[in-house]
Amino acid sequence: MQAVILLFPGTNRERDMAQALSRAGIRHRILFHSESALPAGTDLVVLPGGFSYGDYLRCGAIAARSPVMEAVRAHAARGGFVLGVCNGFQILTEAGLLPGALLRNATLRFLSMDCHLRVETSDSPFTRRWTRGAVLRAPMAHGDGNYFCDDATLAALQAEDRIAFRYATAEGEVTAAANRNGSRDAIAGILSENRRILGLMPHPEDMTDPLQGGTDGLPLFLAIADALAAA
Amino acid sequence: MKVKLRVTVMKKPGVLDPEGKAIGRALAHLGFAGVEEVRAGKVIELDLDAESEAAAEAAAREMAERLLANGVIERFRIERLAA
Repeated sequence: MQAVILLFPGTNRERDMAQALSRAGIRHRILFHSESALPAGTDLVVLPGGFSYGDYLRCGAIAARSPVMEAVRAHAARGGFVLGVCNGFQILTEAGLLPGALLRNATLRFLSMDCHLRVETSDSPFTRRWTRGAVLRAPMAHGDGNYFCDDATLAALQAEDRIAFRYATAEGEVTAAANRNGSRDAIAGILSENRRILGLMPHPEDMTDPLQGGTDGLPLFLAIADALAAA
Repeated sequence: MKVKLRVTVMKKPGVLDPEGKAIGRALAHLGFAGVEEVRAGKVIELDLDAESEAAAEAAAREMAERLLANGVIERFRIERLAA
């Protein structure tokens, strides 16, 4: 199996994710959180969006400590690919697989709307199909997407070219108004040190078919397919 | 022995606390003067069965470090409650 989509109690975007992976030709199956091992041959683990464990304690906190996450940690340590979207991004930060944390949106309002993202680096298996500075449109739907990290972490993310996406206008300008959730440095998505783990708040999987209003998010999944084919 | 502990989890200074700010604004709307800052956090009470009070506190500390608080954005304190 090429890709595994993790399902926690309260996950609700696993089917959108499955369809996006199918559109890029990536074989996948859905795996329940109580499993302690990943299927043999898993190249990519996907943590989809939703409200795992009802967002109790902190978003993603309980899911990050579930049995299957030990297997994900081992997969990541082996250099495996991991993609976390929305609640999946929150789970990855809670698990310590990505730095920082996602706080309550600065406005305290749940944001459900399309946003524009500027691609900040094409140097990753997730963003290789874009050129730096490209702009894509994607839906977002979250109450806790306000990225926070300390000064040292932010400096490292910048210096190591690990900011994958920033919130921007349709013209690709990073402005305070475009950064609706108040994220530090307008960060919408970041990469791990080995660039094989990506976490982001918006939903590129929900922009991969003309029926969804566009295919702006498809290059992300095609880039992953390229990387899996080369692996 | 049975030990009751209270873990209080608060945002670290410098971490934005929009919830506290919203509460502060609501207090101002109600006419309360002089409210300079409001910070919101979480209280988690634990009933533990442990060898000693010290052992219970050590266990609670580990629980806070590993799950109850996120060290990136939060800090915690533990206090003993009357059983």
